[in-house]
Amino acid sequence: MNFELTEDQKLLKAMVRDFAQKEIEPNVKILEDTHEFPREFLDKLGKLGILGMTIPSEYGGTKTDYISLILALEEIARASPSLAVIVSVHCSLFCYSIMKFGNKAQKKKYLPKAAKGEMLGAFSLTEPGAGSDAKNLKTKSIREGNFYILNGTKSWVSTGSEADASIIFASTEIKPGVKKLNAFIVEKNFPGLLASKIEEKMGLHSSLTAEYVLEDCQVPAENLLGEEGKGAAVAFHCLDGSRIGIAAQAVGLADKAIEEGVKYAQQREAFGRKISEFQAIQFMIADMSTQRDAARLLTYKAADLIDKGKPYAKESSMAKLFASEAANKIAYQALQIHGGYGYSKEFLIEQLYRDARAFSIYEGTSEIQRLVISRYLLEEC
Amino acid sequence: MNIFVLVKRIPDTESKIRINHETGTIVEEGLTFVLNPYDEYAVEEALRLREAGGGKVTVLSVGTEESRIILKKCLAMGADEAFLLKDNAPETYDGLRLAKIIARALEKKFSDYGLLLFGKQSMGTDNAQVPSMVAELLGLPQVNVVTKLEIEGTKGTAHREIEGALEKVSFSLPAVISAQKGLNEPRYETLKGIMTAKKKEIPILSFEDLDLKEEDIAPLLEVAKIESPPPRQAGKIIEEEPEKAARKMVEFLHNEAKVI
Ligand SMILES: Cc1cc2nc3c(=O)[nH]c(=O)nc-3n(C[C@H](O)[C@H](O)[C@H](O)COP(=O)(O)OP(=O)(O)OC[C@H]3O[C@@H](n4cnc5c(N)ncnc54)[C@H](O)[C@@H]3O)c2cc1C
Ligand SMILES: Cc1cc2nc3c(=O)[nH]c(=O)nc-3n(C[C@H](O)[C@H](O)[C@H](O)COP(=O)(O)OP(=O)(O)OC[C@H]3O[C@@H](n4cnc5c(N)ncnc54)[C@H](O)[C@@H]3O)c2cc1C
Repeated sequence: MNFELTEDQKLLKAMVRDFAQKEIEPNVKILEDTHEFPREFLDKLGKLGILGMTIPSEYGGTKTDYISLILALEEIARASPSLAVIVSVHCSLFCYSIMKFGNKAQKKKYLPKAAKGEMLGAFSLTEPGAGSDAKNLKTKSIREGNFYILNGTKSWVSTGSEADASIIFASTEIKPGVKKLNAFIVEKNFPGLLASKIEEKMGLHSSLTAEYVLEDCQVPAENLLGEEGKGAAVAFHCLDGSRIGIAAQAVGLADKAIEEGVKYAQQREAFGRKISEFQAIQFMIADMSTQRDAARLLTYKAADLIDKGKPYAKESSMAKLFASEAANKIAYQALQIHGGYGYSKEFLIEQLYRDARAFSIYEGTSEIQRLVISRYLLEEC
Repeated sequence: MNIFVLVKRIPDTESKIRINHETGTIVEEGLTFVLNPYDEYAVEEALRLREAGGGKVTVLSVGTEESRIILKKCLAMGADEAFLLKDNAPETYDGLRLAKIIARALEKKFSDYGLLLFGKQSMGTDNAQVPSMVAELLGLPQVNVVTKLEIEGTKGTAHREIEGALEKVSFSLPAVISAQKGLNEPRYETLKGIMTAKKKEIPILSFEDLDLKEEDIAPLLEVAKIESPPPRQAGKIIEEEPEKAARKMVEFLHNEAKVI
């Protein structure tokens, strides 16, 4: 067993932290306040190679081991949880799904641009009537000649309004009465795709979340991703990996929240001393850092399983479940340490507290993670 | 041109420094270490010179194996080669000792140097001695605290900030230049760079390889004591009408702080 990062993992982590601290952090408040999409930073991340981390060099990417991707996401999330979710969706869902399930022509067409950030990707599974119950999609895809015609509404598409292309899931009737899912690569200017209504969210304000309305949207048949009727496998396989990225996002946010809480506790005075001298505060700090470390270990463990080529779905769910809930507890306690000021927008912790709330919901709610995890145990025994 | 950059590993200026009072050293455990920021300007300048005029950039560091990571960072930024001049001694704060090691390495192993770039000082020890001492030991011209550098053939000009003015210095190569903030904006390593660096070896040169004997490099300096600076006093707030407050402030600056 070895708990040390390798030299190049350390190097990458330090580089992303340096970049995030110097370039991203000073701009986060204004981006969040104005709900502005962080285009400039995505361009820069693209130049550094961060957006190509799931794409091998033969398609113009900078593929690394999964731990490295996780480290990058963690460091980006420390500075901007919004930016982290954009990068995570692009790398672990959009790029990865094409890399894993795409044919040669699709890879050649989309991956080199996606690797450099010249093309930004989204992943659209959820619908107004189907979130956890993701197989139960109302959006239909019907084959007509060289096209599939898509009709329906997709909701909660992160990066939706800003994406150049999206993986969109729709149902298909493979036999009369037998419904399955199809996955498509849909470019933003395909006729019949409308990205509308930006959701007014509680947090993650600079990650814009759109609704897609598909009205006789024409998707060339060659843009079917994977086999006809095998879309569910595409969705669930990709989500198994990308959940580790959400766990990393939670760890990064938690790390930042602790930093803010500790800093505040060492400055603030009450009853004639620094509040960090009260055991009540010390215990919160101890609990927060223990939770964060446990979350981080579960996260790295799951990523390490991917790197070792072993099954990782259960561990990925565990990491996502634990880290996202830990991040919420940690943000709560770090805000508590701030007293009344934690409730003010003047302090970063207020934003982190709101941002963290999404983690136990997207890419599978905590309840769905528990279902997945328990199923493994019940089937194993 | 063969450009050599001398770099040092230092504790991150954001880390909390703890002191071991028994040994009179800084506790390394729990600290994060980084490439000295002034050295980063030097590396960046070397890369830009190479990009403009060709040549090779070699990075050298004197230190323990722990310094490998900053050499890797320099390789990831784009340096061609890196060598570790292995020194197991803890921080000696002895600039001359370091300068002797560096000068010897350059003479013995890298005598084809065209330009030697340093950071103007290393944060933490802040002696700003090594570049000048190396220049003296090797008999080279030197320009320190440089904010702009131009090289043309075997000649160069450098700008340096001096009290209230800017000094422009011409020199001939080979020469020693030490970098100041403002010289350039260092690049971030790219992933491609990190992957290239991963494949590169970092050869180690021992004191034996350099024909250096213990007595040649025995520290001439003994650290008597290291102490944390006293905690900063809380600021004084004068709560008065502006006119009276200003008067009080001047009084304070004159009589108590004694700065005017
Ligand atoms: C900020 C944000 C960004 C998002 N980005 C994307 C995106 O890019 N692409 C995308 O496709 N989707 C995205 N989503 C959607 C997200 O994946 C869904 O919100 C999530 O899967 C939950 O689905 P739902 O909202 O329909 O809730 P529901 O499925 O209606 O769940 C409601 C509640 O019921 C519980 N529940 C449901 N089924 C069960 C069960 N069987 N057993 C026990 N409890 C159950 C849930 O845990 C939850 O507590 C995003 C969501 C948010 C908040
Ligand atoms: C929405 C809102 C509305 C408000 N409205 C009003 C109002 O109308 N009128 C008004 O007067 N005030 C109001 N307040 C202020 C509120 O009462 C204070 O914020 C609260 O009493 C906490 O004080 P503080 O913010 O100074 O935190 P601090 O006292 O600085 O506390 C910081 C942290 O240290 C902990 N702590 C402090 N002392 C100890 C100790 N001895 N042992 C252990 N832990 C300790 C606290 O529990 C907290 O976690 C409001 C606050 C908010 C957020």
